Amino acid sequence: MDGALLRVRGLRKSFPGVQALGGVDLEVRAGTVHGLVGENGAGKSTLLKVLAGVLRPDAGEVDFAGRPLPFGSPRACQALGIRVIHQEFSLVPGLSVAENILLDHLPAHGLLLDGRRLRTLARETLERLGVDLPLEEPVARLSVAEQQLVEIARALSARARLLVMDEPTAALSEREIEALFGIVRRLQAEGVAVLFVSHRLEEVLSLADPVTVMRDGRVVATLPGSQAEADRLIALMVGRQLGEMFPEGERRPGPVVLEAEGLESRGRFAGVDLRLQQGEVLALAGLVGSGRSSVARALFGLVPLTAGRIRIDGREVHIASPRDAMRLGIAYVPEDRHREGLVLNLSVRENVAHAALALGGRWGRVDVRRERAAAEAAIRELAIRTSSSEARVEGLSGGNQQKVVLAKWLGIRPRLLLLDEPTRGIDVGAKREIYRLIHRLASEGVAILLISSDLPELLGLADRLLVLREGRPMGLLRREEATHERVLRLAMGGAA
Amino acid sequence: MKAWGQRLTVADYGLVAGFLLLCAFLAVLSPTFLTASNVLNVARQVAVNALLAAGQTFVILTAGIDLSVGSTLALAGAVTAGTMVHHGIAAGLLAGLATGLLVGALNGLVATRLGIPDFIVTLAMLSAARGLTLIYTNGLPIGDLPPAFLAIGGGYLGPIPLPVVLMLLVYLLAHLVLRSTVFGRYVYAVGGNRKAAAYAGIPVRRVRVAAYLISGFLAALAGIVLTSRLATADPQAGAGYELDAIAAVVLGGTSLFGGEGQVLKTLLGALILGVLGNGMNLLNVSPFYQEVVKGVVILLAVTLGNLRELRRLLSSGEAG
Repeated sequence: MDGALLRVRGLRKSFPGVQALGGVDLEVRAGTVHGLVGENGAGKSTLLKVLAGVLRPDAGEVDFAGRPLPFGSPRACQALGIRVIHQEFSLVPGLSVAENILLDHLPAHGLLLDGRRLRTLARETLERLGVDLPLEEPVARLSVAEQQLVEIARALSARARLLVMDEPTAALSEREIEALFGIVRRLQAEGVAVLFVSHRLEEVLSLADPVTVMRDGRVVATLPGSQAEADRLIALMVGRQLGEMFPEGERRPGPVVLEAEGLESRGRFAGVDLRLQQGEVLALAGLVGSGRSSVARALFGLVPLTAGRIRIDGREVHIASPRDAMRLGIAYVPEDRHREGLVLNLSVRENVAHAALALGGRWGRVDVRRERAAAEAAIRELAIRTSSSEARVEGLSGGNQQKVVLAKWLGIRPRLLLLDEPTRGIDVGAKREIYRLIHRLASEGVAILLISSDLPELLGLADRLLVLREGRPMGLLRREEATHERVLRLAMGGAA
Repeated sequence: MKAWGQRLTVADYGLVAGFLLLCAFLAVLSPTFLTASNVLNVARQVAVNALLAAGQTFVILTAGIDLSVGSTLALAGAVTAGTMVHHGIAAGLLAGLATGLLVGALNGLVATRLGIPDFIVTLAMLSAARGLTLIYTNGLPIGDLPPAFLAIGGGYLGPIPLPVVLMLLVYLLAHLVLRSTVFGRYVYAVGGNRKAAAYAGIPVRRVRVAAYLISGFLAALAGIVLTSRLATADPQAGAGYELDAIAAVVLGGTSLFGGEGQVLKTLLGALILGVLGNGMNLLNVSPFYQEVVKGVVILLAVTLGNLRELRRLLSSGEAG
């Protein structure tokens, strides 16, 4: 042994259409806090899931304390002393705080649950964290921040040799973060290895040494704490060059289509003002969970607004449902096209027809011939590669599926188009085509609100960028002043 | 104890209140309702459905569903009777219970290992087990059962019918298992958030299989009780019982999505259904209308439960 507690070599993992890990190497030593940073989609969460025993990699090895780590068994990983604070909540809503904290090693006499020890152990764990939560309360009744604390408490409830923390502070207050960091430092002093993942660079810089940067499923650098500075990390995270991906050409903005003031949806975002003209592309930038999607969903009537007003063409409107939004000429291309954008087992024709069908006034006969004509026109115009308009959508590639979603919405002739991650998980060629389409629609006078985790995409397409952080607007940048670094800094919290 | 005390919400008292109200109402309308013989009669009638519903609660808590319990009841009853005639009571009981466990194991293993939705697996079993029963019995009832066996369904412990004693024992045990054992917590965890349960290293598949084993076992027990009470194993016994069992669970407030609910409230649900049927019989309500009333009561109860839940959400500040 030469000090590395965890050694990852050549780790690969692909999901349909995406390579999440493309050969990751990483070493984490006992008694260190090892930072891990990267943009959305860099592969961090996938890596952590492998370490937690939740995901099986396609290839590669992981050694823990000199022995190969068994893949795909959370229980075995826990037994070895790997404790993970998952980013997505892994609590059981109906069970109590104490039960959730000790869920993976409930104390028992034989088969019987030992209620007293359950409460004692849970209380001790919470005391170490310096927080006070009602032990008997079902976690479903707790606030998000409290749930996060339960999640952390669970990871700390058993002796850890490697503590993996995936965005542990996202929902916490200053005081709770302080307490957490105190614990992390104490564990470090006790010889525990901590793998600390956070979008908040200042946190990483204050805690971690060394810091590893991931990009596009690979490790691009591991810097000792002395060399890790925010600027350098961001430059490494960004990496790639902007090529000829984006269409050039002037667009002439027309009259204002959308004006929104003080939009708020409690718990999601607040204080958001928007102004969008015909022929303009406004980008909503920010990290996953910053409230970008919620804003778009609120404009489409999917998320309730708790404050603020919306004007379309100068007229104040209420949007309570997608139907309201569609009547106003608003279309929404959702983030998750498989779940929200398409009916996968139906044909291209039927999917293209869906939005127009819903707006088609009273129910009548479906005119298949007209549907087919519309679908075939869309196939030509958007260059959708499919054997015919009757082919099932599930057989199409990601890019072509996304074009079907777009075709569906273009069928209602939208004046305001909300695009949420329109190019996620699709190949470069299809991306280019979608960029050209966005540009063309804008040139034709459609107002476009674009959300993407792909920063180059936002910089290449948007006229203006509104950066959100934790549900609040951090700054509005014009295209000329927007740089990758500047946007990231606003999104992650730092001076612009 | 305290943890579960706190989980008694307004909705629970509503269920108890509804039950008492129903009883009071029937007591006023029918002089026979509150007589000792009628009360014991209702309890005995409820026992079979209550046994099925107890097992069903385990399965539904893990976010599954067991549609096969009616057929399992018939198959186990027939196997019990058929074995008993040749090999004696003990062998018959063992064979019957083993049949229930076998059916449960099959349900559980097919659902968890082949990844087929619980609904479909147990729907298939509903059909297959009924068919096996018909094959085994040649489609004819099995009678001539030993008199000692008939005591299970017809006997008494003091004034209380044995099936009722059995039912109460089963519910007590089920309640203890769900409340006080590690396995019980796993049941809630697996149903409440399957992914989280897996992340926590809980043996999700084994827990689900165990729930089906319990359901199969209790269905067999119900089959034995019914066979004993009727003194015959009828191959058509228990047809449609799965729906009554599910109704009792749902009436008791257990979420069909899993992870939420209590088995004692299932008992209350079964009692409400039983009393409702008994009351309508006493009042000479046509059986056709009885079915409609039952349907309306189920919808009403569940809607009221939902309304309270909804109001709680609203008052907690969201839509302000």
